[in-house]
Amino acid sequence: MVFAGFGGQGVLFAGKVAAYAGLIEGKEISWLPSYGPEMRGGTANCSVCISDEPIGSPLITAPNYLIAMNLPSLERFIDGVEPGGTVILDSSLIDREIARGDITVHRVPSSRLAEENGLAGLSNMILVGKLFHELGFCTDEVLDEAMQKCIPPRKAAMLELNRRAVALGARQ
Amino acid sequence: MKVLMKGNEALGEAAIRAGCRHFFGYPITPQTELAAYMSKRMPKIGGTYLQAESEIAAVNMVLGASAAGVRAMTSSSSPGISLKSEGISYMAGSDLPALIINVQRGGPGLGGIQPSQADYWQATKATGHGDFQVLVFAPSTVQEMVDLVSGAFDAADRWRMPAMILADGMLGQMMEPVELPEEGGHTSIDKPWAASGHGGKREHNIINSLYLTPDKLEDLVVERYKRYEQVQAAEQRAEEYLCGDADVIIVAYGASSRVARSAVNKAREKGWKVGLLRPITLWPFPTDALKKAAGQAKAFLTVEMSMGQMVDDVKLAIDCRVPVHFFGRTGGMIPTPGEVLAEVEKLL
Repeated sequence: MVFAGFGGQGVLFAGKVAAYAGLIEGKEISWLPSYGPEMRGGTANCSVCISDEPIGSPLITAPNYLIAMNLPSLERFIDGVEPGGTVILDSSLIDREIARGDITVHRVPSSRLAEENGLAGLSNMILVGKLFHELGFCTDEVLDEAMQKCIPPRKAAMLELNRRAVALGARQ
Repeated sequence: MKVLMKGNEALGEAAIRAGCRHFFGYPITPQTELAAYMSKRMPKIGGTYLQAESEIAAVNMVLGASAAGVRAMTSSSSPGISLKSEGISYMAGSDLPALIINVQRGGPGLGGIQPSQADYWQATKATGHGDFQVLVFAPSTVQEMVDLVSGAFDAADRWRMPAMILADGMLGQMMEPVELPEEGGHTSIDKPWAASGHGGKREHNIINSLYLTPDKLEDLVVERYKRYEQVQAAEQRAEEYLCGDADVIIVAYGASSRVARSAVNKAREKGWKVGLLRPITLWPFPTDALKKAAGQAKAFLTVEMSMGQMVDDVKLAIDCRVPVHFFGRTGGMIPTPGEVLAEVEKLL
């Protein structure tokens, strides 16, 4: 799966939570970020592989799942999505028709939902909630444990907000 | 339970658990997380983290620490390793062990910051001036980065020569689950040659790389090369993947070997007999494994993130008995399994 958006939207963190959930489930996993100047205000993305087999190339060019948090990211990756794949996008920031009929598209107004629900900055986790709801590959408890692993102790207060964001996303 | 770690951070923690308490570095992308990790960890465990004024200073601090008999390391990325090459040559000329980590990026010059394998020649042929070699290890996963760090320190101590871990930006930046070795479980050997204080109980040790008498210097170099022969016999390592019946064997190390492995799996799905031979040591080059594979394969294909720097080593290892082809991307581009598969198809 590919998580992509502006630098600062938390795409790397969202990918890390997904990776940890895979790890807890006993899968082979890899997490590869984009790095460098493109992250400063440009587009940031990460490739997360979750597999039963050892992972070869961790760089994903044809994702099964694309989580797009802005238009440039959607445009960069949409053509590569595997036929039968799934796109989850922030429809409050992306207003574009998707011409492909061979993929499933979920439009979640995650930025607006985050703002309206006192979850500023957690648009990413609303989309993670939707992703895991669609994936169905692990229990809510596993996802919760993954969040606990990814949120450092000094930011423990954020855990509850992340939980709310994920739960909100799952209902979309 | 396994933990998720970035390759750069895993290298740092593995070095600490291998008994390294002296790190001297200088920041450079895509290696900086390693230095940052050491700056957090070393003060907590009574170690030394020092950000030097330059790469050249850092590598010479490693030389000094190693001369005093402790495990010492530095890390950098391609342009920084070029700056360190003087110190690496001095360490080789002084028979000093050390660990140097290169998280490669695109070159030449300042190049770029994306992953590359274009320092293969530098690492295996000319890490600095003069007649010498360094041990070169090429991990392909974050777990293997951890495993090779202690092995590299041990081998450097055993053979009294610098060791390099040749990684790249992909491996340094990516996270994978790792199992770390127990703390305090590392091995250490006596270093009677170290300049670590003798309390008047023995002759003082001199650590030096300057020999103005040619025949004396020649003797030392020849002696060192006899040791290199032993290293070549003892330290070659490679992994074979589905090579047993393979018509085409891909030779690839590090990040590009991961891409190659994906390509081999796709090839096998199509019923093509393709295997992967992955050098784990680049010096000594795993000549024995390649010779063996050359009896089986009809062709080799090296897959590299460079312009083909490993091709000649493969040809030499197999005495050019079968054709050696090349596919690579460079400048920070990462080949895709599909691209590799298309090259393989041409050879079937």
